[in-house]
Amino acid sequence: MNKILIIAEHNGLEINGSTNKCVTCANVIPESEIDVVIFSKDGATLASQAATIDGIKKVIVINGDFNEHNLAAILAPQIQSLAENYSHIFGPSTTFGKDLMPRIAALMDTNQISDIMEVLNSRSFKRPTYAGNAILTIEVAESEKIIATIRTASFAAAENNNNADINNMVLDTELPDHTKFLSIQSGKSDRPDLQTAKKVVSGGRALASEESFKIIYDLADSLGAGAGASRAAVDAGYAPNEMQVGQTGKIIAPDLYIAIGISGAIQHLTGIKDAGTIVAINKDEDAPIFEVADIGLVGDLFKVIPELKAALEK
Amino acid sequence: MGKIIVGLKRVIDYNVRVRVRPDGSGVETDGVKMSINPFDEIALEEALRIKEQGNADEIIVLSIGASESQQQLRTGLAMGADRAILVETSKDLDPLSITKVFQKIIDQEKPNLVILGKQAIDNDNNQTGQMLAALLEWPQATFASKVTLSDGKAQVTREVDAGLETIEVTLPAIITADLRLNEPRYVKLPDIMKAKKKPLEIKAFEEFSITPKDTINILNTEPPEERQKGIMVDNVDALLEELEKKGLV
Repeated sequence: MNKILIIAEHNGLEINGSTNKCVTCANVIPESEIDVVIFSKDGATLASQAATIDGIKKVIVINGDFNEHNLAAILAPQIQSLAENYSHIFGPSTTFGKDLMPRIAALMDTNQISDIMEVLNSRSFKRPTYAGNAILTIEVAESEKIIATIRTASFAAAENNNNADINNMVLDTELPDHTKFLSIQSGKSDRPDLQTAKKVVSGGRALASEESFKIIYDLADSLGAGAGASRAAVDAGYAPNEMQVGQTGKIIAPDLYIAIGISGAIQHLTGIKDAGTIVAINKDEDAPIFEVADIGLVGDLFKVIPELKAALEK
Repeated sequence: MGKIIVGLKRVIDYNVRVRVRPDGSGVETDGVKMSINPFDEIALEEALRIKEQGNADEIIVLSIGASESQQQLRTGLAMGADRAILVETSKDLDPLSITKVFQKIIDQEKPNLVILGKQAIDNDNNQTGQMLAALLEWPQATFASKVTLSDGKAQVTREVDAGLETIEVTLPAIITADLRLNEPRYVKLPDIMKAKKKPLEIKAFEEFSITPKDTINILNTEPPEERQKGIMVDNVDALLEELEKKGLV
């Protein structure tokens, strides 16, 4: 019997879709029982949301003012005190999970597994290295708890038709006071979240300025798509950091990915390999992006994009 | 004031096209250009800037790995680090054991700040900084894009999925560097000459009495499934037609 604990990601108001993806991964593990734990200031609403995720047994809620800001140094010791009953502890391979999971593993004197992309059995997995250019098959010794991040682009989100039990718990864990949350600055947008969007439109350096990058947002809005950017476009200040797609940004798997003015550096391709259909629009016919694109169009983006947008809105 | 320790890992250069060995035993490293992990270079640049602003008085670069890592440490010294330590091992150590070596060096050197790259571009693990913070019971500020030090504290802006988060940590602390923290300086020839005279201490991994954790076995290494090159279309109408066929618009 495998008992799997999934650390829910949320922003205080909503459970992040990355949690559902972790559940899908956990469900592939044979003979498993899955619990989801929520750390929050007041998790009642979050808990009722999480309880609907298909395939889970129960939701554990740990409330406290100290849990308001998802700080790894605060969460890790609490998770350690819950760990005893579990064979596996999973978090998403988002910045939240990447910050947290290794800290838990070290407290438990074990290694952490990063970015599980495929489950072979309860102790054997595949994971990417070298920006996705070398895929490892690994096996974890029986002696160890498996503490891992789940590569969210590799798993579909579990659906929400369940009615799992909710258990409120109080932990007696000593917590450090060396870390203080000050602020978060996010771009306000009504567009779908990049990591869960079914369609994504991304722009690269060829957009040439923050101002002309707006045509990417316009096209995204015509399609009901999320908006992304290459590292070059973010470095140049055309788009904010949270839009970066690639090895060191977000790894995404939309049904449709439209890359505009993006040459297709290997680090960018790492972030989009799992997309259903890749469309590339670039004026350089030799751009490497065309090697992986399902549909390529050579052309001047400043002509093609307005034309495409007009045709879509017809 | 005080010391800053920066970790430098020797990895296959960023620009090399990595190839998996046909027998599945790993990736090809023979005759391949090796460099400092790019995120570690950013970490070192940040440490140098902190020292130049008068907030540190010594920068130590630390590497754990094969003897050849001395090349990367010399580059680090040429960039401006004051001294280097190599913990030499021919073993491919697991991340937790690497972290324990860092911990022991930190216990000896007592730095005020440790800056690491957020991930190494070879195994893409993204965990050493977080594990080190846990073992030392120090605060961690991962994925840093801005660091400001004052009054024994660091204010760190972090690149997170939702945007930019700012936290405050009490020193000593672990910071891991993200891409946009800074742009590392170029090394000049006179600095390379000067670096040859800077101290580089070599210790054997065995001195640390750490038993490597062989609990994660790598069974196979394989190349990823390649995406096939698709079709080219001539105009927007043809593009839309293809998307309609696939039910995407």
